Amino acid sequence: MLSYLLRRLIATIPVMLLVAVFVFMLLRLTPGDPAAIIAGDYANDAQIAEIRTKLGLDKPLPVQFMVWLGNMFQGDFGESFFYKKQVGELIAARLEPTLSLSLLTIILTVCIAVPLGTLAAYRQGSWLDRGIMGFSVLGFSLPVFVIGYMLIYLFSIKLGWLPVQGYQRISDGVGGWLLRLILPSIALSVIFVAFIARMTRTSVLEVLGEDYIRTARAKGQTETRVLMRHAVRNAAVPIVTVIGLSFAILIGGVVVTESVFNLPGLGLLTVEAVLARDFPTIQAVILLFSFIYVLINLLIDVSYTVLDPRIRY
Amino acid sequence: MFKTARRGLIKGAVAAMVMSLGLSASGTFAQAETTLKVVPHSDLKILDPIWTTAYISRNHGYMIYDTLFALDESGNIQPQMVDTVTTSDDGLTITMTLRDGLSWHDGAPVTAADCVASIKRWGSKDAMGQKMMSFVDSLEATDDKTITFKLNSQTGLVTLALAKPSSNVPFMMPERVANTPSSEQISEFIGSGPFVFNQEAWEPGTKIVYDKFAAYVPRSEPASGLAGGKIAKVDRVEWLPIRDQQQAVNALKAGELDYIEGLPHDLLPLVEGDENIKLVDFNPAGNQFTFRFNVLHPPFDNPKMRQALLYALNQEDFLQAQIGNADYYKACKAMFGCGMPFETMAHMDGLLESNFDKARELIAESGYNGEPILLMHSTDLAVLTNLAPVAKDLMEAVGLNVDMQSMDWQTLVARRSKKDLPADGGWNAFITSWTAGDLFNPVAMAFLNSSCDKALFGWPCDEKIEGLRDAFARATTKEEQLKIVEDVQGAWLEYPTHIHLGQWNQATATRSNVDGVLPTGAAVFWNISKN
Repeated sequence: MLSYLLRRLIATIPVMLLVAVFVFMLLRLTPGDPAAIIAGDYANDAQIAEIRTKLGLDKPLPVQFMVWLGNMFQGDFGESFFYKKQVGELIAARLEPTLSLSLLTIILTVCIAVPLGTLAAYRQGSWLDRGIMGFSVLGFSLPVFVIGYMLIYLFSIKLGWLPVQGYQRISDGVGGWLLRLILPSIALSVIFVAFIARMTRTSVLEVLGEDYIRTARAKGQTETRVLMRHAVRNAAVPIVTVIGLSFAILIGGVVVTESVFNLPGLGLLTVEAVLARDFPTIQAVILLFSFIYVLINLLIDVSYTVLDPRIRY
Repeated sequence: MFKTARRGLIKGAVAAMVMSLGLSASGTFAQAETTLKVVPHSDLKILDPIWTTAYISRNHGYMIYDTLFALDESGNIQPQMVDTVTTSDDGLTITMTLRDGLSWHDGAPVTAADCVASIKRWGSKDAMGQKMMSFVDSLEATDDKTITFKLNSQTGLVTLALAKPSSNVPFMMPERVANTPSSEQISEFIGSGPFVFNQEAWEPGTKIVYDKFAAYVPRSEPASGLAGGKIAKVDRVEWLPIRDQQQAVNALKAGELDYIEGLPHDLLPLVEGDENIKLVDFNPAGNQFTFRFNVLHPPFDNPKMRQALLYALNQEDFLQAQIGNADYYKACKAMFGCGMPFETMAHMDGLLESNFDKARELIAESGYNGEPILLMHSTDLAVLTNLAPVAKDLMEAVGLNVDMQSMDWQTLVARRSKKDLPADGGWNAFITSWTAGDLFNPVAMAFLNSSCDKALFGWPCDEKIEGLRDAFARATTKEEQLKIVEDVQGAWLEYPTHIHLGQWNQATATRSNVDGVLPTGAAVFWNISKN
């Protein structure tokens, strides 16, 4: 197992390198000049050229790439062109809102989607099943921002129960932190609940037809025990895979939700950096997302050995 | 018994949790009465207002720095940090004395040496500053409170330039900061203005915090425009950039915010009629949509083609398409802004009235052979999005072949600095917007600069216009300046550098308990109280 983990971790290095080359080239080929943006609307050519030199953007691309790569190997992701702060610092400050939102969303999703999917499978063909699947289709069809605005209108503007926007750090109080995350995590979880409930239903349905379920029932076990101990557990591998991937997608894909609820997370940082052509920030954030994706995939693979003892690496 | 006790315990736990949430929530929602929560027009990224011309950096400058002079509400120059100004009989020596009580945020007194270094840094960067410095033989601090300009010829530009209201504003900084080369950003943010930048509380992209500068000594005159007493009436101002303007409005309605700097016109119906919200305008002179030519390439290398557009276009179509609400726009042909000190309609008769016959006549005279005109269309700045399609429509109506290319603003910004042929990545025209404070006289207006390679993108090249700009800089009386401004408009008609497409205003939305927003042309926060 340990050697497997080591092999997988080593395998991430070429993946990350490829991502680094790709993102570096993509940014340089995209139209837009950070120097012109920094200089402002009324700067002349000489001023823009001066800034370009200061940022090192006048050097040949291979030189820029090697400088960036060299610095990165020393743990230096560079300085934001705009904020004049270390990119590492910027990312660290934005990590908490994104992780908080993602974790809360995934907890909410799992708590709702797995029981709903299991119930739908257990009551296959019933009104309950159709209702859950109907909700699932609705959840897929509604864009997150629409759900967000509807929730805000009802709970923040009409009822005044929850704040409209913003984020409070957990260190400043759990209550305020949670209150500000309730609406965004509900808005964001709808699509994942829809997705994972469907996935759970399919997996559990497959398992419910297996011989060992019939055996368990024949042994006189309660339906709850049959469902939870035999059906859901054996259906868990695909469900956990989807939950893991959903989490990875969440971390990199909460842009719209962060924007709607004004949460200062990594998603907003990425959008701001892209619009401003802040190359060092975009490069570092995308590398971070890639690394998280690879890491979560690894964790999913490892979790298989726990869920299914037959799987060995 | 046990069940009852357990239920009680659970109820207690739930109640405690709810209470803790409630308490935290109220603690979170409650704001100190004197904290003004503001949504600025964009995020503050660059903290050096001399290094960039971005308006948000200018506004940051007004928070923490002060100026030697400022324009009042009527556009007159008034001393700000300066107490007295004297000019020698020959007009070649100007002496300024700083007023008493000025100090930097670190407690050190403001000295003339600080101001001299600040003027020199600004004068090496800003176009109007460069022009002013071309008249200066020497600039020295003759004692702690006296600044002395020795000029090589008479000019009325010194105080006018030092009162420049918009980017780059000549903000005063401590000498050690102002000695930073203008090619580098400053790294210390200490001013002598009414607010102190709270660097520790700054969360890039999220929150910018300014605290009241308790030791600030305001002028005794009442606040007027950017001049007069700058009294901070709130203890703290927090800038909270929110990208989603709809959400900003929601938060304002819910009382989570106090002030939205620029409310998009399409969101006005959401706040109109809300008794908790009021709409104000800190920039009554407004902004001007501006069509910019690139004179390097055909067909706009020919002045007749540019003149043709002066006749083909009309302001009403652009304003209707983009703003829509007549309360927030007006046609204004005056080159230096309507309601501004140098407003004049000289030479403007018959222009911008979609006189297609006259336009076609001029196009025919120019020898235009149907080559495509590459019009850059910005799609991501809501306030510019609808303009290029209107221009395309009007240009096609007079027989021009328009190739409108859509792109995001930052791509446009990068492309407009390219002098290549349009087919090789260059361009022929684009549309932008200026605030009135940037175009209030011939020297300040960057698009009028016709110094060829040294001019802004578009690179107009005309000796007559440059001669008139020089003459304006040398003029020492308002009467002389007004006469020159009229001549400038005449010269511009012969050699158009750009076209104004109409004046528009944008509302600022505040909670109804916020008072004292001044008509300054820039979002400033002194004089504003929260009751």
